Amino acid sequence: MQWDIVIGLEIHVQLATKTKIFSGSSTAFGAEPNTQASAVDLAMPGTLPVPNEQAFRYAVMFGLAVNAEIGRRSVFDRKNYFYPDLPKGYQTTQLDHPIVGPGFVDIDLEDGSSKRVRIHHAHLEEDAGKSLHEDFDGMTGIDLNRAGTPLIEIVTEPDMNSAEEAVAFAKKLHSLVSSIGICDGDMSQGSLRFDVNISLKPKGSDELGTRTETKNLNSFRFMEQAIAHEVERQMDILEDGGRIIQETRLYNGDRDESRSMRSKEEANDYRYFPCPDLLPVVIDDAFIESARDLLPELPDERKARFKEQYGLNDYDARLLSDDARIAAFFEEAVGQGKDAKLAANWVLGEFSARLNAEDKTVVQAPITGSQLGQLVARIADNTVSSSGAKKVFEALWNGDADNADAIIEAQGLKQVSDTGALEQMVDEVLAGMPDQVAQYQEEADPKKQKKMLGGFMGPLMKASKGQGNPKLFNEILVRKLGG
Amino acid sequence: MTISREDIEKVAVLARIRLDEEQIPALENDLGNILSLVDQLSAADTNNVEPLAHPLDAVQRLRADEVTETNQREAFQAIAPATESGLYLVPRVIE
Repeated sequence: MQWDIVIGLEIHVQLATKTKIFSGSSTAFGAEPNTQASAVDLAMPGTLPVPNEQAFRYAVMFGLAVNAEIGRRSVFDRKNYFYPDLPKGYQTTQLDHPIVGPGFVDIDLEDGSSKRVRIHHAHLEEDAGKSLHEDFDGMTGIDLNRAGTPLIEIVTEPDMNSAEEAVAFAKKLHSLVSSIGICDGDMSQGSLRFDVNISLKPKGSDELGTRTETKNLNSFRFMEQAIAHEVERQMDILEDGGRIIQETRLYNGDRDESRSMRSKEEANDYRYFPCPDLLPVVIDDAFIESARDLLPELPDERKARFKEQYGLNDYDARLLSDDARIAAFFEEAVGQGKDAKLAANWVLGEFSARLNAEDKTVVQAPITGSQLGQLVARIADNTVSSSGAKKVFEALWNGDADNADAIIEAQGLKQVSDTGALEQMVDEVLAGMPDQVAQYQEEADPKKQKKMLGGFMGPLMKASKGQGNPKLFNEILVRKLGG
Repeated sequence: MTISREDIEKVAVLARIRLDEEQIPALENDLGNILSLVDQLSAADTNNVEPLAHPLDAVQRLRADEVTETNQREAFQAIAPATESGLYLVPRVIE
């Protein structure tokens, strides 16, 4: 049987506020356990929550960035459950009146098409603490530094139909929240956590199947694997005539296996009710407009501008615009010359490959955009050949000198573009290869002739010690051999 | 309105309250009475009434994003039953 895959995501995004959502405790990462857990975070009797304005500002910025309606009057509710890393016995969240209403995000797919994924809503809530299950004499250790860290939980409609689409959406969202500065985007520290809802239905059917939720995926790779794994698991069950149980599953990426965490059949047992400690939060036009003013250029806008301003194709423009830091690096490089396409090739090619190989981010790169831009300018004006440029790049990366010109000079990589000198070299090489010259001239097929030119280039580059301008050599060769 | 023994047992589990067998009949009666009262309230026509999120007719004030809390771990942990390496210790939880 053929199946349709239906995927919806819930994404927890940690907001980059200085303090918690309901207390003035710091949210800085990496502090000693429980040194950033105040009486409010510990749910001491007599404490009252006071919401953080910045958390609302960030949530509104997110809403504006995904074309959503902003909840003018949002209400906090209590979601009741018992777990030791949740001292109050309830999570303060928003159920019926979230801060961000319906919106959408457009994603680009590998085949060049794009797809709209609808956002159902996004609400503000608090994070829980951390449980450490290492052995403390048979007990569990609790660190409440994270308790009360502001989150927005973004809930999509079930609009994705493959792992590729879900990952493309996740990456887009990651790029968006990092670009607008509401989240540090550090997935290894859990700043974004993805829950994936998956169900299958017979191909073409309108009726959704029973879904499972795979929780807490914190890398794009695990997300892709977890989806593939769960789709296969459900397909096996359905094809054997079984039925899917609505449940929460945990995926272990290292072993590529999943297990049931808890049955969601008691889903309504959170006994939500409006939080009596908090009044409704009213957001007015002035607040929304001030949040709008803080929004930087969004990745989609930047992509459109890169196409328009630099004449880049859709693919390059997307790769360069997704991450604000790469975009800034590219623009710095372009600022040094005029050849945007060449600069794009170097940023996405040599430079990105090197970052990947050394597992570095753009910010950690040992060279700046303008250093790369100077090199690109020297390639564009034929001062250095592309093979010579790779040597210059290497030297820049290793910090041998701080600018391309100095390296070109020091390593003698300056390309010879003096036509007189090049013509002389061509004459000498051709004089030493009479048989090949004759073969070339007897060949009637221009395509084969073109191929045969390569046979002369080797000796020419050797004669010029690799410094002859290949383009000029080529022109001179064609002229001399033809005449 | 009546409430079943199963409902009471389920609510007790969710609220982490241990019930003795003999307590259940009295609770069936008491909770049943409370639900009957809610039924009476439900009979009121609320078509033109805005749902109430809070009994006070006021809006929430927000706080500036500035660190105001200092580290009070020592004071808090002095009253905790068990701590180690700065962590609060609780009976082992395995999910």
